[in-house]
Amino acid sequence: MPDVPRPPVEDWATDFDHTHPDYAADAPQIWDELRETCPIAHTERFGGAWLPTRHEDVARIAKDPEKFSSQGIIVTDWRPDVPAPMGYAPPITSDPPFHAIARRLLLEFFSPKAIDGWEETARQTCRDLIAEIKASGATEFDAATQYAQHIPVRVIADMLDLPREDGDKFRTFIHRILSEPGQNSVAEGATLFDYLEAKVTARRENLGDDLISYLCQADIDGMALLDEHVGGTIGLLIIAGIDTTWSGIGSSLWHLAQHPEDRRRWNNDPDVRPFALEEFLRFYAPVTMARLVAQEVEVGGCPMKPGDWTLLPFPAANRDPEAFEDADKFIIDRQRNRHAAFGLGIHRCVGSNLARMEMRVAIEEWMDAFPDFELADPDKVVFSTGQVRGPREMTVRIPAESAAAVGAAAAATVAAETVA
Amino acid sequence: MKIKFDRDACQGHNRCYMLAPELFDTDDEGYAILLVDGTIPAELEEKAQLAADNCPEFAIEIVSD
Repeated sequence: MPDVPRPPVEDWATDFDHTHPDYAADAPQIWDELRETCPIAHTERFGGAWLPTRHEDVARIAKDPEKFSSQGIIVTDWRPDVPAPMGYAPPITSDPPFHAIARRLLLEFFSPKAIDGWEETARQTCRDLIAEIKASGATEFDAATQYAQHIPVRVIADMLDLPREDGDKFRTFIHRILSEPGQNSVAEGATLFDYLEAKVTARRENLGDDLISYLCQADIDGMALLDEHVGGTIGLLIIAGIDTTWSGIGSSLWHLAQHPEDRRRWNNDPDVRPFALEEFLRFYAPVTMARLVAQEVEVGGCPMKPGDWTLLPFPAANRDPEAFEDADKFIIDRQRNRHAAFGLGIHRCVGSNLARMEMRVAIEEWMDAFPDFELADPDKVVFSTGQVRGPREMTVRIPAESAAAVGAAAAATVAAETVA
Repeated sequence: MKIKFDRDACQGHNRCYMLAPELFDTDDEGYAILLVDGTIPAELEEKAQLAADNCPEFAIEIVSD
């Protein structure tokens, strides 16, 4: 919980607060109302910030890195004191021209073909988690904390060759940074960056074939990367790679739990799945980015001043009826879907292929194991606050007949193993 | 039917590669490469339209003959 509770929001158009629990509970409705009445909202909180809700405005800001700097991407009460040109977590916090250099170092690790090589790790992780759930014999369990949250942690830990057991630490770091930014007091030496500094120093002494080792050996025009660059990039992969995908998986399961017709479509029609995956990404896009206004600029009639924050709510853009037919409807086989879940412009999510693969595999394995399931109590699902949106607590129930079938299958597996 | 692909607009979302691998490959950095030159074979017209309709950056355009 934050050290100081956030004051309630009086009016979302003039006093919004995306770190408030009321926003977490109702964000899609807030975006829809703002888009109709005040498409670019403002707040004096955080020292002044804007919230555009139309696709057109979000795209315009995302595609203008000269006027909108990435040196700040998480809205806080203060302005980041940034080590230019890279920022704290290159390339996401870097502006041109350094941005392209820092980004190119990562692209080949995250191309679709490179990511294919990690599918088996993701799949085995999902199967292990499902086996644990089934072994417990429970018919009610938490799909967020017992399943979704572990999948990206284990894959990224393997990519970086960091201990999977550090996953709990990662989640603590991420929660402090993303859900309640700047609203916690943290003991000295206990931050993500302290953790990374120690890991990078140790890895330089003991190189392997993982991504940290690669960055330790990479160069820019013949100069080795600074420790701050390597640590910042690894920090980015941990921060941006875990909460986000966990949210994407969790929201997809949240939807499927409440829509039996879509469960049937997913289960019975493999051809619909690639479209369903993109529709999950559109309708439940987890990530809202932010920029710092760098030059005076007007967007949609709003005068933005240097030093103002502006949020980039890609999920709000994804529900804009000007950009999508029946934008407020989840259409599992939507054919025209230019969603912006992974951003727009030069900062397109570098891990998008990894995230998409993890979501696909996680939903496939879940639906194979639990073709029928529902929320135990829809009112008790807890969504995250801040710039990454997804269910953090979500107890699901498998129906009695389905549970019996799972139990019988588990018993059969045990019997087969005993015989073997 | 022909495809026009704007490499400068491409940001490597890879939607085209997933929807129409017969028409688009990706390079080592994950940016799209258009594989066809000239008229699209009739059996791939539907996939070409899908690739165009799902590009978040509007980098793909279908040009009718």
